[in-house]
Amino acid sequence: MANVPNDLRYTREHEWAKQEGDRVRVGITAYAQEQLGDVVFVELPKVGAKVTATKNFGVVESVKAVSDLFAPISGEVVEVNGELGQKPETVNQDPYGKGWMLVVKPSSKTEWDQLLTAQQYEELIAQGGH
Amino acid sequence: MSTPLKRTPLYQEHVAAGARMVPFSGWEMPVQYTGIIEEHRAARQAIGLFDVSHMGEFEVEGPGALAALQHLTTNDVAGLEIGQVQYSVLCYPNGTIVDDLTVYRLGGDRYMLTVNAGNIDKDWAHVTKSTEHIKDARWRNASEGTGLIAVQGPKAEALVARLADRDVASIGYYRFARGHVGEVPAVISRTGYTGEDGFELYAPADGTVTLWKALLAAGRGDGATPVGLGARDTLRLEMKYALYGNDIDDTTNALEAGLGWVVKPAKGEFIGREALEKVRSEGLQRRLVGIEMVDRAVARHGYPVQKDGRAVGVVTSGSYGPSVDKYIGIAYVETPLAAAGTALDVEIRGQAKAARVARTPFYPSKVKKPG
Repeated sequence: MANVPNDLRYTREHEWAKQEGDRVRVGITAYAQEQLGDVVFVELPKVGAKVTATKNFGVVESVKAVSDLFAPISGEVVEVNGELGQKPETVNQDPYGKGWMLVVKPSSKTEWDQLLTAQQYEELIAQGGH
Repeated sequence: MSTPLKRTPLYQEHVAAGARMVPFSGWEMPVQYTGIIEEHRAARQAIGLFDVSHMGEFEVEGPGALAALQHLTTNDVAGLEIGQVQYSVLCYPNGTIVDDLTVYRLGGDRYMLTVNAGNIDKDWAHVTKSTEHIKDARWRNASEGTGLIAVQGPKAEALVARLADRDVASIGYYRFARGHVGEVPAVISRTGYTGEDGFELYAPADGTVTLWKALLAAGRGDGATPVGLGARDTLRLEMKYALYGNDIDDTTNALEAGLGWVVKPAKGEFIGREALEKVRSEGLQRRLVGIEMVDRAVARHGYPVQKDGRAVGVVTSGSYGPSVDKYIGIAYVETPLAAAGTALDVEIRGQAKAARVARTPFYPSKVKKPG
């Protein structure tokens, strides 16, 4: 069973979100990176870009496939993990740590509560992830 | 499609090994066991074991067999010796491609054709129908009864040698011999789809599991690793070997696909000859070339290729090349842009990303060509 930390929230598209003060850190889950296989490319927005909850904010590519990334929450991008440009495999190695993708300053206070809890996300992936 | 997926004799072995099984050309096949990049490296550095039992095998026998193959294939079968293998192409009358294949001369007037898994039914209909007028050529579809395991990599020869009841070092590139490997009767063929030295072992379907287990057990100490279709694709991509359905199909002709080296009009009539002669005399509109990305981005099948904003071609294959550590691809481009070093753009999600035409193979071939 894939690792699903209790202190994070999740999207149905397999991103995680972590509250850090008034900011939210975003990445993809252990289940997502397992399903993708070897990540070879990550395309992320620039600092200052706006992202919108449930909308595409970037792309992660494995050897075989291209997958869209979806924002858990709306807001302004205040940090981007530039390391992933040279070391996309970090997403596989440490999806909840060094493989983080964005830090967002949320523009809405209500979206957080609509994200899946760890328990809800575990149920989702137990059903095959869809 | 509701047709159930077919399984090779090794299906249970793959599942037991924890492989991720995916649909591929009507078959349920392992795309990876532990990880594509790790498996790719195993084949380059040690030994990769590939289940390619899904591929099709046809046999044709009789006094008319040679005439049938000369009519069907673009290469010249007349010079093929017993024990020799030939890469070739089946074309339609307009010069586009039914399939690419290898032709084995098994005996005096007995041959085997190895065809792509996804094309077995189409090819069978094509070869039998197109040669109805040729007498004394008996066709047999041996696909279901035949397993096929590719053993590829720098330590592949030593592994097969340890298990074989005959000398294999003397089998030259694109040659084969019969023997037993791990006590299983096999056609031991010095061929492959990786750019590494190695063999492809044809065995009876009911002996394929025994052969697979013998190879794994005897090769484990040397790093023998099962390799799925994911790494099979990156290995062939680094060699710029064409993949039917990606780089070549019934819309591409054999010459623009870079397969002119197996198109031999001097041998006489064959299906597609006239069309290909016309293409050759008029000059190629486009060519299949290797490309490498200059900008950080991954080219994929179907992405448009541009030059100064103008559409000049299309990507047919693309991924990350683990052994060259670059984003590489294969693309059709207009002939004047086909020279190595030519700057191009690949349109990726609406943006032009810089690329250039590369020398190929991307990774140096290690196959054992006669010296």
